[in-house]
Amino acid sequence: MRKIGSAFLVLAVTALAGCGYNDIQRSDEQVKSAWSEVLNQYQRRNDLVPNLVNTVKGFAAQEQQVLTQVTELRSKVGSIQATPELLNDPAAFRKFQEAQGQMSQALSRLLVVAENYPQLKSDANFRDLQAQLEGTENRIAVARNRYIKAVQEYNVLIRQFPVNLTAMMFSYQTKPNFAVEDEKAIAKPPTVDFGKK
Amino acid sequence: MLRRWVASIAAGTALLLALPAAAEVAVPPIAAHVTDLTGTLSGSQIQALESRLRDFERAKGSQLAVLLLPSTQPETIEQYSIRVAEAWKIGRARVDDGVILVIAKNDRKLRIEVGRGLEGAIPDALAKRIVSDVIAPRFKSVDFFGGVSAGCDALIKLIEGEALPPAPKSRQIDLRGIDFQTIFWFFVALVIGDAIFRRVFGRVTGAAVSGALVGAIVWFAVGVLAFAVIGSLIGFFITLINGMASRRGGWTSGGGWGGSGWSGGGFSGGGGGFSGGGGDFGGGGASGSW
Repeated sequence: MRKIGSAFLVLAVTALAGCGYNDIQRSDEQVKSAWSEVLNQYQRRNDLVPNLVNTVKGFAAQEQQVLTQVTELRSKVGSIQATPELLNDPAAFRKFQEAQGQMSQALSRLLVVAENYPQLKSDANFRDLQAQLEGTENRIAVARNRYIKAVQEYNVLIRQFPVNLTAMMFSYQTKPNFAVEDEKAIAKPPTVDFGKK
Repeated sequence: MLRRWVASIAAGTALLLALPAAAEVAVPPIAAHVTDLTGTLSGSQIQALESRLRDFERAKGSQLAVLLLPSTQPETIEQYSIRVAEAWKIGRARVDDGVILVIAKNDRKLRIEVGRGLEGAIPDALAKRIVSDVIAPRFKSVDFFGGVSAGCDALIKLIEGEALPPAPKSRQIDLRGIDFQTIFWFFVALVIGDAIFRRVFGRVTGAAVSGALVGAIVWFAVGVLAFAVIGSLIGFFITLINGMASRRGGWTSGGGWGGSGWSGGGFSGGGGGFSGGGGDFGGGGASGSW
């Protein structure tokens, strides 16, 4: 009798595992950690901004427009509560993405402006900051790629039969991924107007 | 008419065949610390670098690899080198102390890809300085060996200043990898093996077969012979004792431990071969051109 009982227990546990419950847990956690890494790297970039702005100001204070834009965007990005719950709210997710995309553009504009100031370009402090910014942008790209892959895996998992039933039962929904049009906006090179100078 | 059809089909096929060639450059398999796909370095130069990097790995534990290739097009060097990092997994697992120096000779681009554990020792700014002040000037004067060698020296110097876990003496056994699932499956194997084999083969032979089964599973899961033997012995004795107990009408459901999931240490590099130890990369480092 006890043998049957224990066999049943083993069967029940295996059946639940077979339904993909454990897989959902693993994949869900992977998405969360990938997202944390994305946030982490965006935060790292945000932390670099004040130093960068101050250094550029020291050599090119007349570039008010781009400098204030970067500063304003920094506080805008910082004001968005970037919690893991953001993942379950596509509208908030899009807003966060837009703000970060604008930040990327503003920063690349700042670097383009800096090209006009040879003294600034050769400043050791600025060169280090530029290297850090480049490294951070690359980390963001890597983190975003890993997030995209993790979400893809998760979404495919919870849409497939029979895992979709388990996902429905425990109300797991598909997670938003980085949108393509937003990707385009980031990849678009900043326009440089030489006519103005 | 027919000829035109044939021509267009042929053109289509040619296009399809050409497509993989236009796709991204494949990551070469990792076989040594120094991989030169361009034939730039001479045999003795590769030997010198190789032994230097191997000695450093033995002494410090960190892994440093160099890859020279003609081009990373159509990808940027950053995209390519993170793929190399993900494929090679240089550096020790959980210490993540690997560094890869990627040089795309025809693109005139290079990159230092820094493992997560070394982002403190080699911050982006310092990596950038090594790229543009140490390596690039030598590459500009077509001194590739000098550039790579000086770059490695600078990187080694930075890593040596960092407090990292000591290099393992031999194969390291990691006891942190005991996970629930492994224990669960051993348990299942033991219950089933116990019930079936004891009935089919009798008590002692059944216990031996059951023990062998558990041993085989441990061997596959862990890959360390000593643990497989221990797991097998535990399986054998539990089945045997269980058989005696059930004869007396006692503990029948079987169970207990079939050995737990020790996983082999994430480190390699013994002998002549070289492979990554499971280090993780997050995209840190710096790129440059010459």
